[in-house]
Amino acid sequence: MALVIDLLSWALLLSGGAFGIIGAIGMLRFPDFYTRLHASGITDTLCAVLILFGLMLQSGLSLLTVKLVLILLFLLFTTPTATHALARAAVLDNVDPLLADTRTTKNPRPSQKGEPSSKS
Amino acid sequence: MRYVISLSLLLVVLWLAISGVYKPVLFMLGGFSVILVVWLSVRMDVVGVEHNPVLFSWRLLAYWWWLFCQLVKSNLHVSRLVFRTRDVKPRLLSVPVPHEAAVAKVTYGNSVTLTPGTVTLKLTDDTLEAHALDEASARELEAGDMARKITWLERREDNA
Repeated sequence: MALVIDLLSWALLLSGGAFGIIGAIGMLRFPDFYTRLHASGITDTLCAVLILFGLMLQSGLSLLTVKLVLILLFLLFTTPTATHALARAAVLDNVDPLLADTRTTKNPRPSQKGEPSSKS
Repeated sequence: MRYVISLSLLLVVLWLAISGVYKPVLFMLGGFSVILVVWLSVRMDVVGVEHNPVLFSWRLLAYWWWLFCQLVKSNLHVSRLVFRTRDVKPRLLSVPVPHEAAVAKVTYGNSVTLTPGTVTLKLTDDTLEAHALDEASARELEAGDMARKITWLERREDNA
């Protein structure tokens, strides 16, 4: 039984680590500030959740697990706030998001080759 | 008064859970800090403002479970995009916010940011502007499943 729990917890820890690395790769590969926020979102959510679940299996039913649950809750409440604060600051600072094109149904206004503004 | 008592109880439980060392001196320090925090909260007039029935409803657990499934799905989706950056087609979108309570609006904005693939850029009284990583993420948000779930979560307030 202990072996099963150990294996499960290692699987969770390793996949959590893998998602952390994927998030970091995305951080490097994505083209602009806003898209990179999405990559950091992977590290903030699934990576953290998997690692904390893995640690909870290691600690068993104890006070330590309560603390890990609290960490998870606080993390899931605060990271979106931090990400939003970053995004909002970028918007207020006139960082123009890189857009694929503007031929979507929501934006019917004609635009030349999809460049939202000439600033770079 | 009800809120003062519930806040004190919550803080006591939190302190007991985090401390783990049960000695008389530490109990006194813990009790003192609880009283200090409650007194400060009363002075700041924030007691009861953040205490919303929504926070303690069983629906919240159901919503969190649903959100967790969404999280896993969108994480896998964005992870795939990390290795196929050709498919990254960012766009901006705005969706209506149908909720009444401020807590529900904030929950919506936070949930949108929490799921990778969409980030809330601006949240006003009735609309939410977001940045989406690709067409699929944008369409998922525009479909409004999340907004409906939070409406369902909020409905608890009326009959509570």
